[in-house]
Amino acid sequence: MTMLPERAPGAKKLGLVIDLDTCVGCHACAVNCKEWNTGGEAGILPDYDKYGPEPDGVWFNRIHSYETDGEGGSRTVNVPRSCLHCEDALCVTVCPTGASYKRVQDGIVLVDTDKCIGCQLCSWACPYGARELDEKAGVMRKCTLCIDRIYDENLPPAEREPACVATCPSRARHFGDLADPDSKVSKLVKERGGVDLLPGLGYRPTNKYLPPRRATIPTAPVKPPAPSGKGIGTALLGLLDKALSR
Amino acid sequence: MCACRCGIKVHLENGKLRYIEGNRDHPINRGVLCGKGSAGIMTAISPARLSTPLRRTGVRGSGEFEAISWDEALRIATDRLAAIRATDPNRLALFTGRDQSQSLTGHFARMFGTINYAAHGGFCSVNMAAAGLYSVGGAFWEFGEPDWEHAQLFLLFGVAEDHDSNPIKLGLGRLKARGAKIISINPVRTGYSAIADEFVAITPGTDGLLVFALIHCLLEAGRVDTEFLVRYTNAHHLVIDAPGDAEHGLIARDAAGRELCFDRSSGALVAAQAVGTDPALLGEFALPDGRRARPAFALLAERYCGPEHAPEAVASRCGVDAATIRRIAAEIAEVAFNQPVVLDQPWTDTAGRRHATMTGRPVAMHAMRGVSAHSNGFHTCRAIHVLQMLLGAIDTPGSWRYKSPYPKPIPGGPPPGKPGTPGGPLDAPPLGFPRGPEDLLVDEAGEPLRLDRAFSWEAPIAIHGLMHMAIARAYEAGPEAIDTLFLFMSNMAWNSAMNPGETTRMLSERDAQGGYRIPFVIVADAFASETVAYADLVLPDTTYLERYDCISLLDRPIGSAEGPADAIRIPVLRPDRDVRPFQDVLIELAGRLRLADFADERGAPLYSSYADYMVRHERRPGVGPLAGFRGEDGRGIGKGAPNPRQLERYVENGSFWRHELPHEQLYFKHANRAYLTGAKAMGLIDDDAQIVLQLYCEPLQRFRLAAEGHGLRRPPLRLRERIMRFFDPLPIWYVPLEEAMTDQVRFPLHAITQRPMAMYHSWGSHNAWLRQVLPENRIYLHRDLAAQLGVRDEDWVWVRSRNGSIRCQARTMDGVNRDTVWTWNAIGKRAGAWALKHDAPEFRRGFLLNHVISEYLPKRDDEVQHSNSDPVTGQAAWFDLSVSIEPCGPETHHETSPRPAANPLRVRWAAENS
Repeated sequence: MTMLPERAPGAKKLGLVIDLDTCVGCHACAVNCKEWNTGGEAGILPDYDKYGPEPDGVWFNRIHSYETDGEGGSRTVNVPRSCLHCEDALCVTVCPTGASYKRVQDGIVLVDTDKCIGCQLCSWACPYGARELDEKAGVMRKCTLCIDRIYDENLPPAEREPACVATCPSRARHFGDLADPDSKVSKLVKERGGVDLLPGLGYRPTNKYLPPRRATIPTAPVKPPAPSGKGIGTALLGLLDKALSR
Repeated sequence: MCACRCGIKVHLENGKLRYIEGNRDHPINRGVLCGKGSAGIMTAISPARLSTPLRRTGVRGSGEFEAISWDEALRIATDRLAAIRATDPNRLALFTGRDQSQSLTGHFARMFGTINYAAHGGFCSVNMAAAGLYSVGGAFWEFGEPDWEHAQLFLLFGVAEDHDSNPIKLGLGRLKARGAKIISINPVRTGYSAIADEFVAITPGTDGLLVFALIHCLLEAGRVDTEFLVRYTNAHHLVIDAPGDAEHGLIARDAAGRELCFDRSSGALVAAQAVGTDPALLGEFALPDGRRARPAFALLAERYCGPEHAPEAVASRCGVDAATIRRIAAEIAEVAFNQPVVLDQPWTDTAGRRHATMTGRPVAMHAMRGVSAHSNGFHTCRAIHVLQMLLGAIDTPGSWRYKSPYPKPIPGGPPPGKPGTPGGPLDAPPLGFPRGPEDLLVDEAGEPLRLDRAFSWEAPIAIHGLMHMAIARAYEAGPEAIDTLFLFMSNMAWNSAMNPGETTRMLSERDAQGGYRIPFVIVADAFASETVAYADLVLPDTTYLERYDCISLLDRPIGSAEGPADAIRIPVLRPDRDVRPFQDVLIELAGRLRLADFADERGAPLYSSYADYMVRHERRPGVGPLAGFRGEDGRGIGKGAPNPRQLERYVENGSFWRHELPHEQLYFKHANRAYLTGAKAMGLIDDDAQIVLQLYCEPLQRFRLAAEGHGLRRPPLRLRERIMRFFDPLPIWYVPLEEAMTDQVRFPLHAITQRPMAMYHSWGSHNAWLRQVLPENRIYLHRDLAAQLGVRDEDWVWVRSRNGSIRCQARTMDGVNRDTVWTWNAIGKRAGAWALKHDAPEFRRGFLLNHVISEYLPKRDDEVQHSNSDPVTGQAAWFDLSVSIEPCGPETHHETSPRPAANPLRVRWAAENS
């Protein structure tokens, strides 16, 4: 049993805002995440059976495509899934060793692999499937929100964002402080009606998803055509009658 | 790496790859990077990398080779090619894949003197390139892009989601951020279609009909931009109406060769390009010689106003209801004409008129596959360009725009090169732009000169060649016609073949004396693709991180509407194998063969490497592979003397060069005086005259007149009807050829492929990360169809066509046209290839749809057997496929079929030889 920290007044809530209206499901975020983190401070994300019958490995982020029926009929939604850095993170409270913890200063949920015994209680507790077992090291792996990028003062300020955000080709991923109502991400959530994933479970995820939209172009009702439909119509003849200037 | 040509930054740690990220300054990707780019680390360490030159020891296809030295490999290649060149250079056929070296490989072929050269475009997208270059002097994808910042309505007619992928994704993101509407017209709802605001599940091969219906509605409502038409297109040009006459259907010209129009203000025939006239768009007029003539627009209006083009007439065939078509037409008209984009930017047109603003029609379009891969794709793509012209939505704010260095004078370049002096170079590059029968590569009987029959009466405007026919025709023609098939980076025995089973048989077949029907095959590739096993000589290439590359304006550039750009890649890793960059090898080969432009008069090689060639080669005086930092001081833009420090300057600039056009040059480039003058000065175009958009495509009529019996060069009798039918100067629609010849009761379903965004061609499956994303594929079908057939998710089914059967697993979905099945492209691999283990899912559950596609149309008694191609461009028509689906019985073996025997590479090394 591990305790969640008291949230300090003014503390940040760093997280992602993922725009499902714009995500094309291209897997760029997932692969770049793997690339960055596999050599980063988080340690490696192992691959199993790289060239064999069951290629698999650890990923911090996976993409799922669903068909849903909603207003306006069926549509396909691409949903990137990674740690949501919940405020009431059950993955932390179930941890028997204190390996799983939530940072006071920014709310990022991390695993201290020195303490992790790989019991997988946290992955059972997480309804989002955000934690994966590193079968080689026997410890749990998960999204760090690229803690080794976002605080790295050697990087130019523009690059101090998670790899998945930096690489997203349709710019469907946004990073920022969701505790700050004036941050870009908080405004996006407000404007676009950002939602929690599985809110009924009560884990209060920090990451938000922006729902798909449908842009429309209002036009006057289209009249059915006159039955004649032969030859060039009067509307076109009228237009062609006007003088032109080449 | 891939055709997106994104800029990357590669970080090394202790000499090893640590991280690859998008270059934030790069004009193509502006910092973003796709899954493929991010997985580059795993490509660089792939076990499928070739490691040494190889000579075949077993039978072809067995995979048995011996390692040889580069000296020996180059000696074998040089001896062979020198002998060919001394007799008949055309007996070398050089076909390359989706690479970035076509400017070099094409130049090699030209200097070698063979007309038998092509790259991958004939398989991929030549319909888009040809239709665009013959209509508007640019093209979708490669030579144009939507105005992402101003478009309010975006129509996406099919797409290959791994092509131009980061720029399109960035653009879609911008459209979404601005609340613009995206309509995707596609049988399948994946990727980009999934985020479209409206998904139109069109029946494959009917896009042209849908576009005609949209044009019909716009004409019916009088919603076309007539001023744009007369100023920028040939809509008002008079077309001679004299059936039977040798000039019937051509544009009427005066004695000076100027096109004519009828000026309503003076009541006289005047030069169509004269300024200040009031050109007639309807009517019939007498020419001075008494013949009648009508404005091109009148022909167009008459055709598309016809009731057969009404939405109600096409709805059921397109699978789109008439009300939807009418509403989309209304939305197009609303945005184009009621919501114009007005930029406060003065500019001057080629007539000398000064405009206070740039006013545009914010309806943008993009089209690619499926349109490209149907046998009616050329005309369908032309139809889309005609729709754009009618709306005045070409290179205006908010519409589709040219990527610099386009537009180019129509049709885009010189005719295809012809053999010059024996043993000498061709008189022009081997791929070119025929303007009429006189430019075809045919013999006196009108029969093809080229191996793949490009630029013959079977495919007159095959501007990218017919790669899909190269092996079949070489096999057919026999050793007298073709000695050596030289393939670079092209998996032509597998996913770049229609019907790989037949293709590999042709590569393997021997005559009674034991000689191969295709005598010698050289394969240059970085990886152990399925094709490598069929080589006699393997020239191993490096990976993209181990060599110089040049993304050249002479090739497939990375310019945007904001200006021309090019780039280099520099090696960041030293090869740990006995491999060499293919470009270096080709340049060395050209030097050893003493080809002009690669060797001096005494036969000494001119270039030491590709890097050296990139800097010092001049295609024309002052114009070389790289346009930036030219001249001895490095200040030259586009033109200038070679600069010995050019590569350093590129590296200092992030390995790319970009010239930003002044704002007054950003739109109306086809008629923008400042732009055209500047483009000429930069060497992008040779002529700065207005580029008149071709609503009416006159060159097509020239071929048709020949078929009617006019002129000295006429098609063979058997092809005359075909030329008359398909060479209509206004877009037409016809049932895709294979579909029309296939029993639609037995094979009632369309079958197509889609590109997975995390893969590029076949090159993702040996990447340990990408194959975790998609290691096997399924055949997808609509839930209603599946219910009718009794097929559930993961059931094993037979996909049958007239060409054969595939056994695979099914998956059901809603977002697909009811009569269409589809699968991911190039996931299925041949056992043994790509260094994957024998039980990899790519072999056991992955499959290629190619196995049930034929490179030939069905043979009919009274006709020659045609290739399965667009009759205008020769584009491989692999989306025309008709199939049936039936569930497999319960006793089914749970593996995909066909499954050719495994043939992994088995290399005997020199030490083992001794």
